[in-house]
Amino acid sequence: MTDPLLIWSYLSEGPLLWLTATLVAYLIGDAAFRATHRKSWANPVLIAVVVLGLLLWGTGTDYATYFEGAQFVHFMLGPATVALGLPLYDNLPRVRKAAWPMLAGLVVGSSVAVLSALAIAKAFGIQGSVLASLAPKSTTAPVAIGIAERIGGQPTLTAALVLLTGIFGAIIVTPLLNALRIRDWRARGFSVGVAAHGIGTARAFQVNETAGAFSGIGMGLNAVLTAIIAPLALRLFGG
Amino acid sequence: MIATLAIILSFQLVGEIAARALDLPLPGPVVGLLLLVATCILRPSVAERIRPTTLGLLQHLSLFFVPAGVGIVAHWGLLREYGLGLALALAGSTVLAIGAGALAFTAVARLTRSEDPSAMKAPGDD
Repeated sequence: MTDPLLIWSYLSEGPLLWLTATLVAYLIGDAAFRATHRKSWANPVLIAVVVLGLLLWGTGTDYATYFEGAQFVHFMLGPATVALGLPLYDNLPRVRKAAWPMLAGLVVGSSVAVLSALAIAKAFGIQGSVLASLAPKSTTAPVAIGIAERIGGQPTLTAALVLLTGIFGAIIVTPLLNALRIRDWRARGFSVGVAAHGIGTARAFQVNETAGAFSGIGMGLNAVLTAIIAPLALRLFGG
Repeated sequence: MIATLAIILSFQLVGEIAARALDLPLPGPVVGLLLLVATCILRPSVAERIRPTTLGLLQHLSLFFVPAGVGIVAHWGLLREYGLGLALALAGSTVLAIGAGALAFTAVARLTRSEDPSAMKAPGDD
């Protein structure tokens, strides 16, 4: 029989192992999500990330090696963004009717996201490049990283903060908006898209297609507005 | 499924080329999204053609964030260093932004009479 270590060293070189692990970890997360009757705290991204994080830690694998395999899944973010065009098309009559509410939700949601994050962080003595990395955290990752680089943030820290924001937003949105008695799917989707980008949008699609479509629009519009607001807000807080 | 993937990838490809060639401030996939919407308006048959696979893909949108999410683990040390302040800033600002954004949306919808009864959540939904 071949030495298990040889098999391991073979597997750890190629993308097969971590690609499979990513899909299985997601399926575990998705199964847990369904088993809890689609409760938002059983977030599939969070569960999959924890499972994979423990696996990487247990096997002493670094992130770069993991990503060799996982990049094929990561690549699908681009096509999935294009795919958001279909629910947007399906909801066009609703979108046309909602121009003013969307503008209000965008300006308020986007400014509150940036300003309150900087204010709280500043109160805890956070400043400099960490503060700059925090400013665009509600924006979709590729755009957030671009903004962070321009205003003196650390791109990798921004990426981690963006993902944590998305997961937290996806978990909190349902109980929060139920408590506020917001029943409008358009408002529910749009606000989570603005505050918690793609992961919030993924959550919205799990619940309602109209919410998902509006969430996708919120995410896109917020990416543009945050690029303008973040540098101004950072100057305000003396970052 | 393969035909739909080819259609979607083509839109992304054209979007990437257009974004770079015209120096647009939008990422390529977002340009692809806008081109897809425009195409569906001009040719509704395209929307029907790609519908099953596309909606299936969006049902599992969460999956595509997993590899980037695992990156959080890689930055654990950095995040722990600023732990409490960053955690409260993230959590607090996200709660405030979702709440304020949704309230602003519904308030203006009422003011401009653009409420939509067909997009209301039933009491039993989650």
